[in-house]
Amino acid sequence: MKPDALPLPHLLWLLGGLLLAAAPHALRLPWWINATAAALFVWRAYIARRRSALPARWLLLTLALGNVVGVYFTYRTIFGRDAGVTLLVVLLAVKLMEMQTRRDIFVVVFLAYFLALTNFFYSQTIPTAVLMLATVLAVTSALVGINALSRPIIANLKTAGWMLVQAGPVMLLLFFLFPRVQGPLWGLPQDAFAGVTGLSDTMTPGSISQLSQSDAIAFRAKFTGAQPRRDQLYWRGPVLWNFDGRTWRAGLPRLRREMAIETNGTPLDYEVTLEPHNRNWLFALEMPSRIPQIARMTSDYQLLSLPPVRNRIRYEIRSFPDYLATSGGERGDLAVALALPDDFNPRARALAREWRGGPGDDLAVVRRAIDFFRNGRYEYTLSPPLLGVNTVDEFLFDVRQGFCEHFASSFAFLMRAAGIPARIVTGYQGGEINPVDEYMVVRQTDAHAWAEVWLAGRGWVRVDPTAAAVPMRIDMGITGAMPQGVAGALPLFVRTNLDWLRTVRWNWEALANQWNQWVLGYNPERQRDMLARLGVPQPDWQTLSMMLFWSVAAVLLAIAVWLLRTVRHDDPVQRAWLRFCSKLRRAGIDRTATEGPFDYAARAMTRLPERKDLVRAIADLYVDLRYGARVDPREFLRLKKLVQEFKT
Amino acid sequence: MFRHLRSRPLVATPMLDRVLQYSQAYNFYQWVFGRHAPEPGVVFLAQRRVYILPTRHGLTFGLVLIFMLLGSINYNLSLGFVLTFLLAGLGVVSILHTFRNLAHLYVSAGRAEPVFSGDTAQFELFLDNRRDFDRYSLDLTCRGITVSCDAPARRIATALVPMRTEKRGWLQLERVTLDTRYPLGLMRAWSYVQPDTRTLVYPRPDNASLPLPHAVADSGDAISAGTGTDDFAGLRPYQASDSPRHIAWKAAARSEVLLTKLFSGRASSELWFAWDDLPVDMGTEARLSRLARWVLLADARGLRYGLKLPGVAVPLGEGRGQKAQCLRELALHEA
Repeated sequence: MKPDALPLPHLLWLLGGLLLAAAPHALRLPWWINATAAALFVWRAYIARRRSALPARWLLLTLALGNVVGVYFTYRTIFGRDAGVTLLVVLLAVKLMEMQTRRDIFVVVFLAYFLALTNFFYSQTIPTAVLMLATVLAVTSALVGINALSRPIIANLKTAGWMLVQAGPVMLLLFFLFPRVQGPLWGLPQDAFAGVTGLSDTMTPGSISQLSQSDAIAFRAKFTGAQPRRDQLYWRGPVLWNFDGRTWRAGLPRLRREMAIETNGTPLDYEVTLEPHNRNWLFALEMPSRIPQIARMTSDYQLLSLPPVRNRIRYEIRSFPDYLATSGGERGDLAVALALPDDFNPRARALAREWRGGPGDDLAVVRRAIDFFRNGRYEYTLSPPLLGVNTVDEFLFDVRQGFCEHFASSFAFLMRAAGIPARIVTGYQGGEINPVDEYMVVRQTDAHAWAEVWLAGRGWVRVDPTAAAVPMRIDMGITGAMPQGVAGALPLFVRTNLDWLRTVRWNWEALANQWNQWVLGYNPERQRDMLARLGVPQPDWQTLSMMLFWSVAAVLLAIAVWLLRTVRHDDPVQRAWLRFCSKLRRAGIDRTATEGPFDYAARAMTRLPERKDLVRAIADLYVDLRYGARVDPREFLRLKKLVQEFKT
Repeated sequence: MFRHLRSRPLVATPMLDRVLQYSQAYNFYQWVFGRHAPEPGVVFLAQRRVYILPTRHGLTFGLVLIFMLLGSINYNLSLGFVLTFLLAGLGVVSILHTFRNLAHLYVSAGRAEPVFSGDTAQFELFLDNRRDFDRYSLDLTCRGITVSCDAPARRIATALVPMRTEKRGWLQLERVTLDTRYPLGLMRAWSYVQPDTRTLVYPRPDNASLPLPHAVADSGDAISAGTGTDDFAGLRPYQASDSPRHIAWKAAARSEVLLTKLFSGRASSELWFAWDDLPVDMGTEARLSRLARWVLLADARGLRYGLKLPGVAVPLGEGRGQKAQCLRELALHEA
């Protein structure tokens, strides 16, 4: 077989670019795919080094088919996001083994660009973007290499880099002006949103403490007016109604356009940028009053987006921390809020009966329960012991260690047992202001659960038994609430006391937020906003196309002018001589086109006999410097000086 | 193809020409018919005469970009848009780079050594890159044969354009397509040049195994001095046609005039190759081929020879000059 069309260094750059594009995938791919691809990469480099022949066609075909079958058995499909990416990696590695002609190299390069794109299915963070830029640079330099085989690879890298720099303005224009369409255009594969973390619509003992161990950002909020107090930071999420003794589940929400709410005091206005979590709920401080366009409110004051939140979205919202939630108290609702599974937790039931039997109304019973939690010396821990059948009894009377879901769950159970309608609200409690960009950041660590009880005349009232038992949880956030030893289970950044590390983190997260707002969050809506601010309200796609066309044309014209510019490269010796000639011309001695320096000097000498020596010296020096074998810089300086001193 | 149109097809006055060059129809006409006239001197590849279109790979690249765009829209991948648009920008910028790699190049013709008919003539072309960037992978194609060369910044690169020869006589360099795909191979810029240069094609010597014709005994130049081969046989005054190799320099130093050394055996090696000596039934080309072969043989053996063609005679002589002179007459012989 013929030797490679691509010399070894160029090939290695191409392989390097492919490795960069495939590296993030390697963390997700099955081990045998990684092993196969790595072996093929090494084999290909070895072949190029030894200049030996590529493997036979049938072997490659067998390899490719075997891998396709393997992918099918791993994923049970060869379509979809994960299987598709796996196939792309494998087939690209096999294609490398038969890459020989120019055409093959082009195919590999184009596939490499595509592979870089597939990384964004999984991550669109700044590091991924940087990695893919490096991929594009390496692969493009290999592409330059095919077209200039004799060039050193570093020069190709420089050319590729320069071209990417010049492509930058075009990219920006296209990015901001290309008429955006809201996807999807066709159905998304089932696995498109696998593996996003967040609250779920069920709660079992341990589910929220599990979530709390991730410091992933749940959402960010920017307050425009008044800033909320810490104890107002209850971000309302899924509301859970149905309890089977162990697990709380969401009820059937009824969508409402408006809900009755009595509000007092000053509202909080803010904008939330929610990370995708593939569920419908939106988060807002209790209680939201103005509902964003994309959302509906349920009968239990939950905000729901109509499509699941699969992209980072932004919404503006207004909340009143001081409220009365009087809706949702119909007979049917209250019946559900009182339902309890039979035969569970006898001790808790007994306690509730005891409270009920005492003097006072529902509110008094609630007070008694809060006192019970406050004085119960319960321990707040991320890793509570496992509970048996009677979860509430065991938590309340035996282990006395738990996380917010234990407190909320037991409290709601006690209330129902005492005949007071109660339900669980999950969401987030807290949030930290990033001093760099003043955004409040709410993380999964802030996940929380609390309870609501129905009190006649006051509606649904929030009761946070965790706050009663462990006040630090609300006042200082989760780090403050944890004993020193136990906090080890929290993510490093959350529990750290190192100031510089925090500063680095705030800065990084502010950068990431800008990235999210402007790069990742640039959608049709934001495009309209930006253009309206630029003075183009309601642009249709024709206007956008025209703007795009002319601005890109202008940028290209500028690049073309810059690329095709003529740079004068006079020889400094020549320049000195021309200066001398122009001095002579002013004296009326013009050089004819065919006259060499000596002839010209001779003529000048006869016309200017008193300057004879100087003219001869200049002409001799010039001829020596310009046509002589060696160039002495001192001689050149002398020529310059002589020309300068020359006066006719 | 349009050889009969070698003289400029539209003879316009310079003024009219300047007006007409803004007319697309006129330019098209010039493009199809006019450009094929050989251009004397240095040809400057002005922007107007450099064309550019995407290559097959460029079209594939566009298709890949469309797929990437659709994927980005479908999955709402902001960075997918960024990557797609960056690559689109790269493709667009590569138009300018490919164009620049060819435009503003100065092309001029150099030497072209004479060849025998059927061999490949090598036309030397100079590609003068007066810009301060290197140009790479410039392909020169003439009659389907392609050579490639690089032209570094502020240097003159030399390319040898091969052209197969078929018949004797002058061979004009045909239209050369200069093209380049550098840097990304997505675009192809090209231009046509036809520098005014030509080379002489000698008749192909035949390969009949015939001996040299006999020396003509009564040749006036015969200076016989006995038999034997290459033995020194005496001196005679120098004549203009004598080879400088045979001048007796030592003797000349003592004498007033230049003397030429004579060697025995030369009488039999002084040859006249005459058109008329060949059989009448041989065709013109066959006769020329035979004569060419004799010339080569005689030259290889270092003989003195002359050539007689109808209307032309090359006097006796030897060496490279004599060979070139004789072959030139044979090449240009008008049947």
